[in-house]
Amino acid sequence: MGWIQIAITLLIIMLFVKPMGSYMVKVFSLETTRLDKIFGGLERGIYSLIGIRENEVMGWKKYLGAMLLTNGFMFFIMFLVLVLQGHLPFNPDGIGGMPWAQSFNTAASFITNTNWQSYSGENALSYLSQMLAIIFPMFTSAATGFAVAIAFIRGLIGRQDNLGNFYVDMLRSITRIFIPLSVIVALFLVFQGVPQTLAGAVHAVTLDGKEQTITRGLVASFESIKHLGTNGGGWFGTNAAHPFENPTGLSNLVHILCMMLLPTSLVYAFGLMIKNRRQGWMLFGAMSAIFVVMLLTVTLAEYKGVPALQSLGIEQGNMEGKEVRLGIAESALFTTVTTAATTGSVNNMHESLTPLGGMVPLAEMMLNNVFGGKGVGLLNGLLYLILSIFISGLLVGRTPEFLGKKIEGKEIKLAAIALLVHPLIILVPTAIALAFPSTVASISNGGSHGLSEVLYAFTSGAANNGSAFAGLNANTDFYNISIGIVMLLGRYVSMICLLAIAGSLAMKRVAPVASGTLRTDTPLFSGILIMVILVIGALTFFPALALGPIAEHVSLMQGVSK
Amino acid sequence: MKMILIPLRASLVLLLLCGVVYPLVTTGIAQVVFPYQANGSLMTQGNTIQGSMLIAQSVDSPKLFHPRASNAKYDPTASAGSNQAVASDTYLADQKVKVEEWRKANPALQTVPADLVTGSGSGLDPDLSPNGALAQIPGISKATGIPEATLTSLVQSTTKGRSLGVFGEPHVNVNELNRSILKLIQ
Repeated sequence: MGWIQIAITLLIIMLFVKPMGSYMVKVFSLETTRLDKIFGGLERGIYSLIGIRENEVMGWKKYLGAMLLTNGFMFFIMFLVLVLQGHLPFNPDGIGGMPWAQSFNTAASFITNTNWQSYSGENALSYLSQMLAIIFPMFTSAATGFAVAIAFIRGLIGRQDNLGNFYVDMLRSITRIFIPLSVIVALFLVFQGVPQTLAGAVHAVTLDGKEQTITRGLVASFESIKHLGTNGGGWFGTNAAHPFENPTGLSNLVHILCMMLLPTSLVYAFGLMIKNRRQGWMLFGAMSAIFVVMLLTVTLAEYKGVPALQSLGIEQGNMEGKEVRLGIAESALFTTVTTAATTGSVNNMHESLTPLGGMVPLAEMMLNNVFGGKGVGLLNGLLYLILSIFISGLLVGRTPEFLGKKIEGKEIKLAAIALLVHPLIILVPTAIALAFPSTVASISNGGSHGLSEVLYAFTSGAANNGSAFAGLNANTDFYNISIGIVMLLGRYVSMICLLAIAGSLAMKRVAPVASGTLRTDTPLFSGILIMVILVIGALTFFPALALGPIAEHVSLMQGVSK
Repeated sequence: MKMILIPLRASLVLLLLCGVVYPLVTTGIAQVVFPYQANGSLMTQGNTIQGSMLIAQSVDSPKLFHPRASNAKYDPTASAGSNQAVASDTYLADQKVKVEEWRKANPALQTVPADLVTGSGSGLDPDLSPNGALAQIPGISKATGIPEATLTSLVQSTTKGRSLGVFGEPHVNVNELNRSILKLIQ
């Protein structure tokens, strides 16, 4: 039954890819479409409030500047709200201000679409903070990722340095995609049992005569955008494992569909926008292949469980850190999806996954391009694609070209920076954190598993994922600040490089397809792409993985024969 | 100046739209259409609130079903998973103790249902697997005098299948079971 529910879920995801992808192309079209009639009025009102013209276009530098400045202002507003929440309204549970280091971490986390949380929402955030410092950036960070991805595609197919208008792209993705879908999904989640109220915690006398304080809030409106925007932070500390966030098998399905909906359709939309659907499907195929291998690994590992425990007479399968109503299959699927789509929400505790099961989310975040979050995943996929074109171009002695545009030194340098920054900001801070007793003290489990805790934290930050091996006490100044910086670098360095590549490609002449052109839309090239992704990923991260989850798995297997 | 004012105004307008209008409008609709769920699926008896149907409660009484172990001590203001490393020796030793306790409490037990000896993800899991509930029946029957057959059929009738027959796993809500038992005792 477990495999059937997984298969059905994947099938439903596939059903949405084409219609949603086509819709996206219309949303971001620079020409007038029928959608303008529906949303145009509201949008024009907002444009005039902001003070921009819809048809004003931007070159890559202007686009980048607008993106960075807007994100900067939002970051500042969020930081202030968090620090001052104790003095602000909508605080029915009387929660005090957040310390500055944690506020920095939280603001960095949500502006970068990471949603790493070193706090627990039910006891550290006022309702106003949840609205203004969490829900608000959940929309805008997803919209920013989308905008940059669309701008990049425009660069790829453009004839001049015209990437569109950042404000228009961001606003349209919010008004035409995120808000309508979020409202519908939120209401469905309420129907399933997710609370949505401004009233504070409620005091109860339980069935066994004990006191219990039940925290509530605007949970449903938070959950819908959290997954549609592949954000992933939880209203509550235990995220989508919490019965108020994810009360039924059906709510779990909706969560998974929401996470996968936009990242998968964006790849299809990419194919439509470059007028080469095969190219889109080629990329889709490569991503899916890695996804399926990951999914199989974690599902099998969790169903198998820990052999030593079964010999005690416990039912087979690892239920530690999992919820009964969801079970092993839904948990394994959720784990694969949340790290593939770089959402970072969890419906089971990743720390308590089996060693091989726990390696899957780590590996997916290290590769960082298996569909990936709003826009960013596609961008990382395209980075690897450019690199693969370059490598195979060198191998066969042809000038590397993509969509008829020459890939030259400048583009490769920028792509290399964007790709190398990822391991750099994972491995260096992990090494630093492991070097000092004061930072090692945050680790909750010993040995290889402890190393995985720290490695997971920085990988999650760098990949802008946000999930955690939650045993690690990350609420210290060191982790708050270091992970905060890692998240910001992980997000903006690659975005800057990509927009620069887009600007450079946009100016290039398109060479006609000839017999000498290296085809990039074939299954063969899909294979090359997968190999390049795995070779680069494995070479970079294998030593760290060997010391963490792999060492742990080997000792688990030895335990059997003991 | 325009370069600064435009992104600032954009931030503020979106703050209002996404951070204020959207959540408040959604709350308004939810409160009208699904008031029970929107307020936390609360269980009430007369004027007292007995908790939420969806949140596990601490149970000590031998007369009631016990939910899964909670690393949050059943406190919804601090939800928490166990975050145990399942491949570690300490975990194995802990599990051994728990398994022996269950074997003692219910000698007829063949394999111990996994949910009885593991911590849930949230620490607030309101459900048991059907087997996890059935395993508790002998003890509850002894403490309450309710025949085992009655309790078995109670568990069976309270058990919920997978959503749409496909998604999730069969489960039985402990709060619902315990409310029924309290009614039976009275």
